[in-house]
Amino acid sequence: MSTEQRPVPTPTIGIPLMTDGTPKVAARNVNVYYGDKHAIRDVSMDISQREVTAFIGPSGCGKSTFLRCLNRMNDTIDICRIDGRIAIDDQDIYDRKMDVVQLRALVGMVFQKPNPFPKSIFENIAYGPRIHGLVDHKSDLDQLVQSSLERAGLWKEVKDRLDQPGTGLSGGQQQRLCIARAIAVQPEIILMDEPCSALDPIATSIVEDLIDELRASYTIVIVTHSMSQAARVSQKTAFFHLGDLVEFDETEKLFTNPQEQRTQDYVTGRFG
Amino acid sequence: MNTTTSGATRDKVARSLKRRYAAEKRFQAYGITAIVLALAMILTLFVTIFGTGYTALWQTMINLEVTLYPQDIDPDNSRDAAARTIAAARAKGIDLDEKAHLLDPRTAKQQALESDIATLSELALGRPMTADSPELIAFLKDKFLPANIGDEALVKDSLAAWLGNEAGAFNRTIQSADYLRPVKQSISDLFPEVSGRRDKRSLYEIVSPGATYVLRDMVLENPDLIGQRISVTVPMSDDIDQLEKGAIRADLPESERRVKDNQIAWFERLKDRGLIETTFNTTLFTAGDSREPELAGIWGAVVGSFFTLLVTLLLSFPIGVAAAVYLEEFAPTNWFTDLIEVNINNLAAVPSIVFGLLGLAVFLNFFGMPRSAPVVGGLVLTLMTLPTIIIASRAALKSVPPSIREAALGIGASKMQSVFHHVLPLAMPGMLTGTIIGMAQALGETAPLLMIGMVAFIVDIPGSPFDSATVMPVQIYLWSDSPERAFTERTSAAIMILLAFLIFMNAAAVVLRKRFERRW
Amino acid sequence: MQTFMLILAVGALILIGFQVGHRRSVAIVGGKASQLHSLPGYHGFYIALWCAIPALMVMAAWLVMEPILLDSAVMASLPAEFTASKTDAQLSLILNDIRNIAAGNIASERSEVTVLAAQRYAEWKQTSLIARVIVVLAVAAAAIVYARRRIHPGLRARNAVENVIKTLMILCSLIAILTTVGIVLSLLFESGRFFEKVPFTDFLFGIEWSPQTALRKDQVGSSGAFGAIPLFGGTFLISFIALCVAVPIGLMTAIYMAEYASRKIRSAVKPVVEILAGVPTVVYGFFAALTVAPLFRDTGAVFGIGISSESALAAGVVMGIMIIPFVSSLSDDVINAVPQSMRDGSYGLGATRSETIRKVVLPAALPGIVGGVLLAASRAIGETMIVVMAAGLAANLTANPFEAVSTVTVQVVTLLVGDQEFDSAKTLAAFALGLVLFCITLLLNVIALHVVRKYREQYE
Repeated sequence: MSTEQRPVPTPTIGIPLMTDGTPKVAARNVNVYYGDKHAIRDVSMDISQREVTAFIGPSGCGKSTFLRCLNRMNDTIDICRIDGRIAIDDQDIYDRKMDVVQLRALVGMVFQKPNPFPKSIFENIAYGPRIHGLVDHKSDLDQLVQSSLERAGLWKEVKDRLDQPGTGLSGGQQQRLCIARAIAVQPEIILMDEPCSALDPIATSIVEDLIDELRASYTIVIVTHSMSQAARVSQKTAFFHLGDLVEFDETEKLFTNPQEQRTQDYVTGRFG
Repeated sequence: MNTTTSGATRDKVARSLKRRYAAEKRFQAYGITAIVLALAMILTLFVTIFGTGYTALWQTMINLEVTLYPQDIDPDNSRDAAARTIAAARAKGIDLDEKAHLLDPRTAKQQALESDIATLSELALGRPMTADSPELIAFLKDKFLPANIGDEALVKDSLAAWLGNEAGAFNRTIQSADYLRPVKQSISDLFPEVSGRRDKRSLYEIVSPGATYVLRDMVLENPDLIGQRISVTVPMSDDIDQLEKGAIRADLPESERRVKDNQIAWFERLKDRGLIETTFNTTLFTAGDSREPELAGIWGAVVGSFFTLLVTLLLSFPIGVAAAVYLEEFAPTNWFTDLIEVNINNLAAVPSIVFGLLGLAVFLNFFGMPRSAPVVGGLVLTLMTLPTIIIASRAALKSVPPSIREAALGIGASKMQSVFHHVLPLAMPGMLTGTIIGMAQALGETAPLLMIGMVAFIVDIPGSPFDSATVMPVQIYLWSDSPERAFTERTSAAIMILLAFLIFMNAAAVVLRKRFERRW
Repeated sequence: MQTFMLILAVGALILIGFQVGHRRSVAIVGGKASQLHSLPGYHGFYIALWCAIPALMVMAAWLVMEPILLDSAVMASLPAEFTASKTDAQLSLILNDIRNIAAGNIASERSEVTVLAAQRYAEWKQTSLIARVIVVLAVAAAAIVYARRRIHPGLRARNAVENVIKTLMILCSLIAILTTVGIVLSLLFESGRFFEKVPFTDFLFGIEWSPQTALRKDQVGSSGAFGAIPLFGGTFLISFIALCVAVPIGLMTAIYMAEYASRKIRSAVKPVVEILAGVPTVVYGFFAALTVAPLFRDTGAVFGIGISSESALAAGVVMGIMIIPFVSSLSDDVINAVPQSMRDGSYGLGATRSETIRKVVLPAALPGIVGGVLLAASRAIGETMIVVMAAGLAANLTANPFEAVSTVTVQVVTLLVGDQEFDSAKTLAAFALGLVLFCITLLLNVIALHVVRKYREQYE
């Protein structure tokens, strides 16, 4: 594994490899094009297990695009084209043999805007396990729903109204519902695309605490606009700019002692 | 800690994949099946219509040598009488040719010039007299109603009418002459061996009764043909025509088809003699309706549709646009505006036949408008298409960005000026598109027009929106109801013509939209 | 014709009025148009409107009143001994004759009395015409003179003109309400007359429909049966078959188009399916009668099933084809209105496309789809030509799709086409059926529009 850890990604500079174990996700020379637009340039990166990795950068820098490459959500966009190699557990996810359904069961995702299905809270959680056939008995399903909600810290708030529509919850609760929905499939990686951007500060802090707790069991990748959020929740941070991965380092190091001028300018608020 | 569960997830997902992808394939197959079914239905529809309709573009004709014996056409020799009257009139300085309307029995109202009264009476009675002379009155008493006496104008009119009729007797004679005899004679000449009344009758049946109209029109055009032997091309009867086109099959037993064995034999012999030809069926495009398929045409219905749509367009476009502009730009938000909107939305979905009932009860029974008239049809269709036009026009107005209005208001234009100078021109292409689509709907509409009597059998081509008429879809309905096999192909042909108009209109709407489409 | 000439003359006066207003306004400020409150053109319109509105109103009133007054005057002038013994119907025939004689047309009967009356009729008509021309033109001219006096620099001509235009636009908008009122009133009025002859409950709950009424008054026992239940049954049977064809095909087509098809296929197939929506219903009717009904009958014969050649099945299937584009375009709209984030949420959990569609998109779109199906049902119930041409007249009360049934619309057409007297129960029954049809479709439309609107609001 570790032998192929330094594949010399040429133009991307200053990426120390973070290894305190095998990398969960290894991306090599990833390029993404939207039609003629070159959205991601030659990005290489290793994401470690059971850590929170944050992607930061100004709007349109490609951080969300790159995140969506990790569970092939970009497949739903017709004009999007990807080359390079992204491997999860050393398995190329863009390989022909890779099954996208299986991949997404493994790599859960939480979106920018809370998007609960217009169904009951229970059905929202049960949806994933049901389609994947994860449980055989109704009692197991009840158990799974409860444990997912508990882990998302939502159980106490909703246990008496599981049959009410998920759209009736507050924004923060909806987002935690979406997290619980992702957890219920028992994935290994959870991708979060600016999960707090539509939430108020209190709900944000609850979600942030939740992310921190979840770190123990999952590999989490989070895209965020807020540098302070990245500093609070993540162990590693990657800074994207105009489709380039400018710098990738331990969060503390990146914020206190950035290697790159562009990173420094960004974290000190000189542009954004 | 989670690896076991995660591993379990992986396994379980992997195990479920086969089943799920099968379901996925099935679901896609349903979708494709649905589309294929829909397309197949369209294809069947069009293939059926075109397959049965294209043969109507041709008509089987026969070349006949017909002798127009004067004893058939003008047995009383009214031609000479007419010539004498005309000549006598001309000698007295009245040009009856000039007053051709006097001689035309088809004109209902006839008039004479005041100064001609004496001359006319001389022609009638052999000596001139004035309108109030006792002798004339006595004569008129005999000829006309007693009420007319003493009324100079009426007397003059009546006299002129009578004289006109005398001189027009020839016209009337050749109008109503028996052209069937020369035709029958001509057919008999071709098959001198056929005898017996039943055989002769079935022999005559192979040529269309329309042959007589062909001859009549020729004689009316040129009376000198009387007494001559002429060569004419006339349509075969519809059954023979269908036989020739293969729609009536000769290999069926005689009792199961409309054409008899001997008729087929005669027809074959005519073909061998080279008298049969197939020509383009101009009748279909130029004639009005007829009971005989080979004489029936769609033109009367086309003109009827034209007048109906003209009325519809002239009413619904201005009214629809005005209503849309008011509702979109001026109407205050209150219950009354809401009421109007709810009404428009509901009217758009009211079954068309209900509009027909409305037309019958209100326009015909209450206002006493004429039955079968395109003007009433136009009114009914106006009410029907208005919602469509209003809704489309409002959408067009909505798509004009508010900044345009604000810009105009900002330089001091009134609300009305900003709408009429800036918004309306920008929304016009959208409104026109909506109107064309509404008109296309109206053109294909049948049911409400049945209610207001546009379903009558009308031979004449309408000359104005107030004449009795039918429209294309109703004509299609009427023909499809006729038992003759030849009407089936003509129905399909009429449908093809109607669809051609509709395609043209819709294409115009598409072009208009493409051409003037503007993205803000 | 004279009316047309008169309108032209009034039109000319209106143009003159415009010119007068324009010139006068410019002259009154000595050529400095900027001193006017409104542009000279608005002063022109001001006088033109002053000229047009009263003149056209007088003319319209005249045209409405003239025939009524003329008829009553002529009838009043007939000798009393002539009219005394006549019934109303005979008198109206005589009036018709008089009109025809006066117009120089062929009358059914000419007599001394009628010809004399016709002369008077023509004479009065002529007088009326002359009077009308004079009065209308005089009103128009007087209005120009009056309005010209009102012009002064501060005149708010634009506001006045705009108010008139606005009033006209309001009147145009009111036509929608007037139409609805007209429909409701005419249906209620004629149905009321019908229910005087046939009890309401007999009509609504009777199970026998045979609207033959007595040809003569003295015929006994053939007053007809007006129980509409078989017609309702037939209508719903055919509509149900139509929906069974149209909903699966239309919905699956919409789903495939919205979720699977590439842009290329979509842009090719969609317009083709929409062709079906533009085909006139009479064409479908012909297709049903010419192709589909015989096909079903022959197929049935092969399997030993007796299928009537006017079966509910044929009419229903063809009607289904007709409403496929209706269902598919409405479903397409609502499916596209489901936000992409819903789909993303489902794909993000690893759902396949069909799972996402069946378990997320369709449930979310369900209210909209139900609304669309209701609209399609109302369309099917009100559809006329297909059933007139392909379904029968036999009002059987059956649920067997192979038998012939009749529908409400078929009966409305049959009862009203052809010359009918307007007070027999038979013709009036058509209006009662029309009323039921109107109520049912209205109800469906209101519910459907409400459901669809609620659905749209949910995602806006």
